[in-house]
Amino acid sequence: MSLTVDIEKRLNGFTLQVAFSAEDETLALLGASGCGKSMTLRCIAGIENPDRGRIVLNDQTLFDSEKRIRVLPQKRQVGFMFQNYALFPQMTVRQNIACGARRNRTKAQRESDVDAILARFELEMFQHRLPHELSGGQQQRVALARILISQPQILMLDEPFSALDSHLRFRMEQETRQIIRAFGKTVLLVSHDRDEVYRMADQVGIMVDGQMQRIGSRDQVFGNPGTRQACILTGCKNLSSIRKLDDFHARALDWDIPLTLPLQKETTALGIRMHAVQPGEGENTFLCRVTDVVENPFSYTVMLHPIVAQEHATPIGWEMEKDLWRALASDMLTVHLPVSGILQLKG
Amino acid sequence: MDLFPLWNSLRIAGISTVIIFFLGIVSAYYIARLPRICKGVLDVVLTLPLVLPPTVVGFLLLRLLGPRRPLGIFFLEHFSLRLTMTWTSAISATSVVIFPLMYRTCRGAFESFDESLADAGRTLGLSNTYIFWHIRMPYCRSGILAGTVLSFARALGEYGATSMIAGYTPGRTATISTTVYQLWRTNDDALAFRWVMVNMGISFVVLLAVNMLEKRERRR
Repeated sequence: MSLTVDIEKRLNGFTLQVAFSAEDETLALLGASGCGKSMTLRCIAGIENPDRGRIVLNDQTLFDSEKRIRVLPQKRQVGFMFQNYALFPQMTVRQNIACGARRNRTKAQRESDVDAILARFELEMFQHRLPHELSGGQQQRVALARILISQPQILMLDEPFSALDSHLRFRMEQETRQIIRAFGKTVLLVSHDRDEVYRMADQVGIMVDGQMQRIGSRDQVFGNPGTRQACILTGCKNLSSIRKLDDFHARALDWDIPLTLPLQKETTALGIRMHAVQPGEGENTFLCRVTDVVENPFSYTVMLHPIVAQEHATPIGWEMEKDLWRALASDMLTVHLPVSGILQLKG
Repeated sequence: MDLFPLWNSLRIAGISTVIIFFLGIVSAYYIARLPRICKGVLDVVLTLPLVLPPTVVGFLLLRLLGPRRPLGIFFLEHFSLRLTMTWTSAISATSVVIFPLMYRTCRGAFESFDESLADAGRTLGLSNTYIFWHIRMPYCRSGILAGTVLSFARALGEYGATSMIAGYTPGRTATISTTVYQLWRTNDDALAFRWVMVNMGISFVVLLAVNMLEKRERRR
């Protein structure tokens, strides 16, 4: 069971060009809004057509520009959850779900299918309500129920939680994870929220301006994003271009400090996550002035300016537990940038 | 009080509303899908009757359908049908005048439609016909109804183009609006006033209906 996509489509301002495949797992497409990740889902669903390429789902070719195959969206058996859920506003919950019921079954069978899925999603008491009379979380449940009753071959979720308040978001995320586990087939998730992606996905693809910049297992991608833009999308906030001095020495231009580490051949920039910064000694240790302290709910972010650096240098952020800051609190800190925490980046 | 003008006004307005109901919906639906330039040009052309004085519309219609014009001659010779100075000819006048109202309200309704609903329907396996009738049309229903009622009201009140193309013949082409003018001209103010009240009564009910439809639209 798998999905293979290799498509190209001209869009306003850039060309969408992606190639990837996914097994029975959750693949998240992470990218800024307008990078083409939703368009990729729409092409797989058949709502939009690529200019060129091939889409194959479980050995069935859905699209092939060379063989002129273009299966109608009605025949693709893809489950597509829209960002706003796209529930039909004039229909009750029950009627909405019945729209997804498979057409090759008798009326009685379809009714019992609807009853079963209403029970599974705990929607029985709302079945005669209209969508606008439901909460955001209930609407999402109806949308998922309507998709799953159609027995799709693949589940595609376009920014599934962006319409929800943060407290609901957490609960719906848990519910959705269980649904995905029970579904057991390929799931594509589109999101710009790296925390959500980290929690939900097995595989992660990072998209920038219509191109797949990096794709791999979640840990590979977050552990080694590869490019500067991918690094930003995975949530790394400390970034600096470098000038290479030799294979082991570089000058970080934005931070304006010298660093010692085994440099890869194509490295042009370095990143370090805010929580990877450490107190201490050894190589790559700098005495820094504390320029700002930001208090988060469960941590502090301390902005640091190495004293060897010039005035205009970009400060380095260090996120630490509250207790640690209480122990360290000072105008000057000695800070260690461990080589294991430094990300080597291209671009 | 001879009620013929009321009956005549209602049938002219009724028939032209039915014609424009379908014409307006179909053109709104297809024009909304055209490329931008075609859409812009067609939009201007089709909306023109809304801003032109009705007398100008009447004049143009006479140039097109008059008994000495090709189209007029053709219908007279082949179907023995006069296209002017009959009650049916007033239908062409009111239809042209109310078309932009129907077309524009329908287009507004279609453009406010959330296309992701149609997309969702397609991925769920619903046919395009089903989506049009069960998802798109119900969504746009209030707007289309409001446009229909408004068109009917406007058709009922049409005077300029109607009087030019259908004239005023008591018992044959007289409508409420032409009757009011005729009665006022012949100093029959009392009867004119009664027709004015009839007209105001109908318009009041119609506008009330439009407002209620729009309120229902907003509630959704």
